[in-house]
Amino acid sequence: MSDFHNDEIERDRFRFRLGIAALVVLTAFGILIGRFTWLQFLQHDFYRTRADDNRIALIPIVPNRGVITDRNGVVLARNYSAFTLEITPAQTDNLEATIDALAEVIDIQAKDRKRFKRLLDEAKNFESVPIRTRLTDEEVARFTAQRYRFPGVEVKARLFRQYPLAKVASHVTGYINRITDRDLAWIEEEGQQANYKGTDHIGKTGLEQHYEFELHGETGYEEVEIDAGGRAVRSLKRIPPVSGNNLQLTLDTKLQEITEQAFGDRKGALVAIDPATGGILALVSTPTFDPNLFVDGITPENWKELNEHPDKPMINRTINGAYPPGSTFKPFMALAALELGKRTPNQAISDPGYFNFGNHQFRDDKKGGHGSVDMYKSIVHSCDTYYYMLANDMGIDNIAKFMGGLGLGRRTNIDLGKKDKDGESESESKGVLPSPEWKKQRFKKPEQQKWYAGETISIGIGQGYNAYTPIQLAQATAAVANNGVIFRPHLVNQIIDARTGEKRPVEPRPIRDLKLKQQNVDVIRRAMVGVNKEGTGTRAFAGAPYEAAGKTGTAQVYSLKGAEYKAHSVKKELRDHALFIAYAPADKPTIALAVLVENGGFGAQSAAPIARMVLDYYLLGKLPAGAAKEDAAAVEDDSEE
Amino acid sequence: MIDVIGTLKRGGRGLIAHIDFPLLVITLTIMAVGLATVNSATYDSTHRMLAQAGNMGVALVVMWFVARLPPHKLMGFAIPLYIVGLLLLVAVFLFGIKVNGAKRWLSLGFTRIQPSEIMKIAMPLMLAWYFHKYEATLRARHFIVAALLLVIPFGLIAKQPDLGTALLVGGAGFFVIFFAGLPWKVLVGLIAAGGAAAPVLWGMLHDYQRKRILTLIDPTTDPLGAGYHIIQSTIAIGSGGPLGKGYLNGTQTHLEFIPEKHTDFIFAVYSEEWGLLGNVVLVFLYTLLIGRGMMIAATAQTMFTRLLAGAITLGFFTYAFINMGMVSGILPVVGVPLPFMSYGGTALVTLFLGIGILMSISTHGGRVNK
Repeated sequence: MSDFHNDEIERDRFRFRLGIAALVVLTAFGILIGRFTWLQFLQHDFYRTRADDNRIALIPIVPNRGVITDRNGVVLARNYSAFTLEITPAQTDNLEATIDALAEVIDIQAKDRKRFKRLLDEAKNFESVPIRTRLTDEEVARFTAQRYRFPGVEVKARLFRQYPLAKVASHVTGYINRITDRDLAWIEEEGQQANYKGTDHIGKTGLEQHYEFELHGETGYEEVEIDAGGRAVRSLKRIPPVSGNNLQLTLDTKLQEITEQAFGDRKGALVAIDPATGGILALVSTPTFDPNLFVDGITPENWKELNEHPDKPMINRTINGAYPPGSTFKPFMALAALELGKRTPNQAISDPGYFNFGNHQFRDDKKGGHGSVDMYKSIVHSCDTYYYMLANDMGIDNIAKFMGGLGLGRRTNIDLGKKDKDGESESESKGVLPSPEWKKQRFKKPEQQKWYAGETISIGIGQGYNAYTPIQLAQATAAVANNGVIFRPHLVNQIIDARTGEKRPVEPRPIRDLKLKQQNVDVIRRAMVGVNKEGTGTRAFAGAPYEAAGKTGTAQVYSLKGAEYKAHSVKKELRDHALFIAYAPADKPTIALAVLVENGGFGAQSAAPIARMVLDYYLLGKLPAGAAKEDAAAVEDDSEE
Repeated sequence: MIDVIGTLKRGGRGLIAHIDFPLLVITLTIMAVGLATVNSATYDSTHRMLAQAGNMGVALVVMWFVARLPPHKLMGFAIPLYIVGLLLLVAVFLFGIKVNGAKRWLSLGFTRIQPSEIMKIAMPLMLAWYFHKYEATLRARHFIVAALLLVIPFGLIAKQPDLGTALLVGGAGFFVIFFAGLPWKVLVGLIAAGGAAAPVLWGMLHDYQRKRILTLIDPTTDPLGAGYHIIQSTIAIGSGGPLGKGYLNGTQTHLEFIPEKHTDFIFAVYSEEWGLLGNVVLVFLYTLLIGRGMMIAATAQTMFTRLLAGAITLGFFTYAFINMGMVSGILPVVGVPLPFMSYGGTALVTLFLGIGILMSISTHGGRVNK
């Protein structure tokens, strides 16, 4: 009985404990259900996204970069497809061994390996990385025959940038090169990170840089499902890329080409503008370089050669070279005098061959002087004394104000290179428009900051602190040709949508109207026409069937300190820079230009003939017989400027 | 020992005489779900699924045989099985082969065995027998002896190290002691002592075990190492959503993001494809299984059978809870398979040994001799 009783108690106790256990089980399972509800219901969206991120890789498809053509459709920059040999690291077991084996089939140099390593570091696992570019057909065939030996290696067609005219207009097109950290920052600023996912090249200078985001296009994507090893399993969706926009320029490539030839091996710059629109017709900076060298990653040797060459071929002199304008400054001074009422056209001075200011004598080029000089004669014969006096009468503030209005000493904001936040061209130089304010900013010591009245005198003949870029001179010349309406110089005529063919013209943008008096502009024009008829440009423009307004100039590189300047006794790099500005036809200008030949000596001697050639081609379609040679006769004929 | 010929002669009726049908139906349902999930997890080839189906066949036969053994015969196995198991564990400790830094296996030349698996059954069997034997004169010292019987194999297994199996073996033993009437104050005292000893235990843990616990608290600290399993499996579960991605459509599974997807992490596969609804159904099935086990225990006639049934039933619970808990990221990752779902023959056979014992207890009425 006690046995039975014991058993009963025992069983009840057991059942009680079993009940406790059941409660524990239910509680534990409740916790699990709670956890599942949290994960699968409340946090479902979060985890769904995580799962999608896990499994879907977006493989970017790089768009076709826009093509750059000149005004006549001549191609300056395009893309071509070439075969590259690429390795997908995720699908290759032993990279080194694979490359070694490949090297037996296809020529793989040490530099290819080096570049491959660099690219590999940047690439994602499932992306293919080129080991060799530009395979020949024979190499493609040879590899294809042995393809089975190389899992994860394939021949792919990739697009490469090409500049078919090589050195011609390279300062205009600029070039593209691999994206650097600085470029990444730029892309980020523009909010273009996503669009540049697969892109590894970017415009570095020139149009390629300025219009980077027009030319680039929209990157397409292929959504592929990948496994945990990064291997693509299947393609889910493909969004094709949208090609970049094409650029059609105002530039005339033929004009550009013959001008570059005309410079020969001389350093210099020429900018030709359509004064009515600001459209650039030619933008020459010599020496030039071959932008194709950069496309595939420039070799250190080539880079060194280009960068350290004494002629500095990488510098775009048209926008980065600041030169004293020399006597080409005089027409602008004369115009200022008329506009400000400081001179009348017929008011003449007497030129003894010098101008005394304080105890300093400013000498004229012509010994004994030009005698009685009015405004016309001052320009035609380039009389210095006239402008010493004029500068003194006008004062530096008036000069600075008027010249600034013409755009001298200001960025033109031509569409080359990168724009900064304010839309100003980052890569363009400002030059120097001398003024007391400029001096205050330029110099640190108080005694250097003061403007001396004597300094104004040589400003009048385009010397002193004056320093302007060739494009500023061309713009100022165009402004005079266009009766004081200044357009922003620009290279792109229209942007063409590669898909729809829709054309977006770049509207001529008048920056300022100087509201010049017509009779004043006419006075200057007559004088500048006179330069080419009976003055310093006569030799260069002999027999021209059109009327061209012009002005020669010589900019001192080397201070002579009273000694006689003899071109042949001075080392070449110390010889003066030759300048020439012109526009034509004088009564209805369609082209305005500025030419600069570094160390070219007199403007009439080396710069004016280039201007003549440009005008002949542009106005008459006449090609030069040969390269424009220095007009040696002009030196003897007329050495006054 | 077994009257095979007689059994056959008695025909179909006799064949199913000792089958507990509710238990069989529940188990087969879970197993069918498991088989389908193994198929999804290893979809590239049917090899695993077929092998698992074979394992299930073997396991069912084992269950059938065991179910036919009356409980007093089962009791006869308690001491020999426990001693063999203990000796093998010592052998593992001395001569075991090391795989992945853990000494869990004994090489028999042609194959290798994992003796800790035997302990999963031998432990509750041994303790149930022990308490049954001293039922009338139960004293504190019996609990101490029982604790020793428990702690020695537990320590040997934990030392291998195999925390998962150690927990299961220790759990099974503890459940027997609990059901045998471990005084509440001792239980509370043990829990308190455990809490106090936690820092000491922490010091005794292997680096990888500590890492697992730390990773559990914040899996992102080691997303490509120890945290990877948890991160990927919680992504799988969470992305499954309320209704799941559909059978064979689990992206986490089929793109190889889930490690050990057909074994320890099979729940992530199931959960991704069947969602919250599927999880509730599965937990419900386990609840039914445990409920049926508890009913058998509650109606068992002797100390031995009710302790054994209770411990085995709670053993199933421990398996399921630890596995689902670790896969869903609320428990540390320990090597515990999901019962009747995870791929693996040995574990399945052990589980069905348990089911067989439950069936034996439920179908053999009457008392057992002491």
